[in-house]
Amino acid sequence: MFRDASLMAGKDLRVELRSHVTTQQVAPFAILMLILFGVALDPDRGILTRASAGLFWVSVLFCSLLAIQRAFTIEAADGGRDALRLSGLDPAGIFLGKAAAIFVQLGALELVLAAGVVVMYGTEITGLPLLVATCLAATAGLAAAGTLYGVLAAGLRVRETLLPILLLPVLAPVLIGATRAFEAALGGAAADGWPWCGLLAAFALLYTAFGTLAFGTLLEES
Amino acid sequence: MTAPHTAPPGPAGTSSRATRGLGVLSLAGLALLLGYALVWSPPDVAQKDAVRLMYVHVPTAILAFTACAITTVASAMWLRRRSEGWWVLGGAAAEVGLVFTGICLITGSIWGRPTWGTYWDWDPRITSTTLLFILLVGYLALRSIDNEAGGAAPRGMRGAIVGLLLLPNVMIVHFSVDWWRSLHQTATITRLDPTIEGTMLFTLMLGIVVFGLVFAWLLIHRFRVGWLEERAGATGLDQALVERRAEAGLAAAGGRS
Repeated sequence: MFRDASLMAGKDLRVELRSHVTTQQVAPFAILMLILFGVALDPDRGILTRASAGLFWVSVLFCSLLAIQRAFTIEAADGGRDALRLSGLDPAGIFLGKAAAIFVQLGALELVLAAGVVVMYGTEITGLPLLVATCLAATAGLAAAGTLYGVLAAGLRVRETLLPILLLPVLAPVLIGATRAFEAALGGAAADGWPWCGLLAAFALLYTAFGTLAFGTLLEES
Repeated sequence: MTAPHTAPPGPAGTSSRATRGLGVLSLAGLALLLGYALVWSPPDVAQKDAVRLMYVHVPTAILAFTACAITTVASAMWLRRRSEGWWVLGGAAAEVGLVFTGICLITGSIWGRPTWGTYWDWDPRITSTTLLFILLVGYLALRSIDNEAGGAAPRGMRGAIVGLLLLPNVMIVHFSVDWWRSLHQTATITRLDPTIEGTMLFTLMLGIVVFGLVFAWLLIHRFRVGWLEERAGATGLDQALVERRAEAGLAAAGGRS
């Protein structure tokens, strides 16, 4: 299962590296969002610094939609999905591999966004261990839930509009948890943030477990 | 060869003796509830007449969450048995649940205006109920999409997986929103007096029972409509097959002569 997962993740990441979609389209979109937030909210009053945790995670959430759509678009051409089904790879491995590839891409995006927030919003980094742990847990949750809901919408004509309405309410707890944990870390009260980090880890575990179990039936039946 | 269909099997309508009885009972119950809620129960000491909205608001909230539970159980059963009935039940419960969630949100908002001074507040229950509304909308949107070429999973499977996750998601959302708001020290909201008793308590219980009856009546009828819809789809397909076969047979016979 884990060998299949690493094969799958390696393939997805190679596709991304060579197609440059993440670097040339999704990452600039993330920075663009930070600029648009700055324009929409008054940059001179310190609103941006105070709201930077929330704005950061909203940006990650929207970027994750793009990354998830992208992860299933690359399978859509040339009957990739049928090839995947016939490849003999363990479906649980396919799920974990896809989720891992999304996890890596979102992690990279978060680094870009973090740099953007520090430079443009003047946010000072404090409580680094909590920030990193929160990023890991929240991104794992986003990737696992996103892969599961992504495959449900994959291949449908209305997938671009369907995925956000299915996925974003489900991810609302991740947004709440990650934002609170970040606010605690940036506000110098890291102890308040760890329980939220635990919630995010539980969310990630739940969706990873469910996705690993359900993905086989989802892929095989059609 | 199958014999061509003459008439669609099953009932032509969605009512039966039992549901007509249930309908009459619901109507009578609603009349009684109106009497109790508007006339015979006393106004609240603090909230005055606004408290009467409780007799609609609380029952619809309970039933909205019940509907989610039904959808999740029906989806789980569909995954086990693969029988059409569970698929139809999951959708019927979600649709009726959506209506009840809507009523719950609207009555809550109207109630909030005189008691809290605002139509919307970032109260945990309002926030999570609104997210529940969107979750139900998404689930129904997903169900309404037929199988398409290139789609990864068939319609039944997609609906069942999202349906199965409905109640867990509602619970996670509810829990996290609750925790989020309890950490924030917001202005204390005038809440429902927890020690209601006497006529008010009776009226609330009556409301739960009566709306439960209405819910059951709606659910049964929606289930039957859904069932007939599925049957009509299947019958239409059968008929088309028979017609094409007849055409092919005629063409073959014509070719020979």
